[in-house]
Amino acid sequence: MNDELGEAPDIAGILIAVIAVAALLIWVERRLLAFWQDRLGPNRVGPLGLMQVVADMIKMFFKEDWIPPFADKPIFVIAPTIVFITALAAFAVIPFAPGVGIIDFNFGLLYFLALSSLSVYSIVLAGYASNNKYSLLGGLRAAAQTVSYEVFMGISIMGVVMLAGTFDLREIVEAQRGGWFIVPQFVGFVIFLIAIVAESRRGPLDLPEAEQELVAGFHTEYSGMKFGMFFVGEYVAIILSSAIIVTLFFGGWLGPWLPPLAWFCLKTGIGVLFFILIRGALPRPRYDQLMAFGWKILLPAGLLNLVITGALALPPG
Amino acid sequence: MALILFYLTSAVAVFATVMMLTRLNAVHGLLYLILSLLAVGVIFFLMGAYFAAVLEVIIYAGAIMVLFVFVIMMLNQGQTTTAQERVWLEPGIWLGPSFLALILLVELVVIIAHGGHIETGQVVSAKQVGIALFGPYLIAVELASILLLAGLVGAYHLGRPIPKTLPPESRP
Repeated sequence: MNDELGEAPDIAGILIAVIAVAALLIWVERRLLAFWQDRLGPNRVGPLGLMQVVADMIKMFFKEDWIPPFADKPIFVIAPTIVFITALAAFAVIPFAPGVGIIDFNFGLLYFLALSSLSVYSIVLAGYASNNKYSLLGGLRAAAQTVSYEVFMGISIMGVVMLAGTFDLREIVEAQRGGWFIVPQFVGFVIFLIAIVAESRRGPLDLPEAEQELVAGFHTEYSGMKFGMFFVGEYVAIILSSAIIVTLFFGGWLGPWLPPLAWFCLKTGIGVLFFILIRGALPRPRYDQLMAFGWKILLPAGLLNLVITGALALPPG
Repeated sequence: MALILFYLTSAVAVFATVMMLTRLNAVHGLLYLILSLLAVGVIFFLMGAYFAAVLEVIIYAGAIMVLFVFVIMMLNQGQTTTAQERVWLEPGIWLGPSFLALILLVELVVIIAHGGHIETGQVVSAKQVGIALFGPYLIAVELASILLLAGLVGAYHLGRPIPKTLPPESRP
C-alpha cells in the first residue's frame, strides 16, 4: 500500500474534477454531435455556448420532482443514486499518476468489475419501480445485456492480467513500460471496448433506453433532479470507462516529455471523445442481434484469446 | 476499530437477512438479500480476504442477484402476489422453522461456551477439499458436471428456433 495516496485534498480534488468534467461533457457531447451532423449545437448561452451546462442545471433544479402515484416509491427514489455512487466509487482505484489517486488496492481491477456489475441495479430497479411497461422493458433489456457483456468484459481483460501478472492497476501500468498492452492484446482490447460500451449502455448499444421503441426506456417516468442523476451518472461512467481503457491498454500515465498526470488526462480525454464519436457514427443494432453477437462471436473470441495468451505467456520448460 | 466495524457489518447482514425473509414484496426482499451479500463482502474484506470479498460482490451481488431480479421482473407480479404472500406468511407459519432454528442456535451457544473445543472431526482445509474433489471423488464431480450439461442442453432445446417448414399447428 502506498502512503502518499488517499489524502483528503486528493480525494476532494478527484471528486470535484470528475463531477465538473462530467457536467461539462453534456455540452461537449451536444456540440460535437452537432459538428459531426453539420449542425451548430448549443451556442447561445455564454462564450461558445459554454454556459449551457449552467442553464441546463438551473432548469433541472427547478423542474417539478414528480413521483408517479403508481410507482414503488422507496425503490424509485434509490435507483438513480446507485449508478452515480457506483461510478464515483470506482474512481477510488483509478491510477491517475504516481502518487495521485485514492487507494492502492491489490485487486483494483476486480473492484472495478464488481462496481460495474452493481451499477446495473440502478437501471433494473428504475425500470421495475416505475411500474410502466416501457420502463420495464428497458430494465429487462438492461439486465440481460449487462449480465451477458459482463462475462465477455471479464474474459477479455484476463489476457492483460496474465501479461502483467497482477490485478493491481498501478502495477499493470508499470508493466506497460516496455510497450502498451493494446499491441499484444488487440483482440482483448476490441472485445473489452464493445463490452464496456454495452455495459455503460451508451449509444450505439443504448437498447435499454432506445427512444424510437421504448419512449425513453428505464427513465421514462423520471424528471427533474432524479433524471439529472441518470444523465450525469452516464457521463461519469464514460469518464470511468475511458480511464480504465487507458490504464489497461494504453499505458496509463506513461509517456515522454509531459508530466504523468497530463498524459493520463490527455489519453482519457481522447477516449471520451471516441465514446461520443461512436454514438454519432454507428447505428443501434437490434436487441437479438446484440445478444447473439455477444454469445456467438465475442465469447468464443475472448476464450480463444485467453487460451493463446496463456500458451504464449507460460514460461518455457 | 476493526472489531467495531466487524460487529456493525454483521448486524447489518443479520438484520438485512431477517428483513429479506419477512418482506411480502419479492423485489423488496431481494434488495435486502443484496444488501446482506454486500455486508458479507465487507466482512470478508475486514478479515483480510480481499479476493473473496470482491468475488462475493461480483458473483453473488453482481450476477446471480441480477438474474433473480430479472426473473421476478419478467413475471411482473403486482399487488395480488403481495396479498397472497400475506396469507402464506401468517404468524403461525414461523413457529416450526423458528423452533428448529432455535435448537441450532442453542447448539452453537453451547459450542462457543466450551471455547469451541467440542470434539469434532479433523479440520479440512480448502486445499484438501480440492485434492479430494479431483482425486478420489472425481467421478462425483464429473456426474455433477454431466447434470449441469444436461440442464444446458435442455435449455438450448427449449430455446431453439422453430423451423419455418413445419405447419403452424405442429409447432411446439
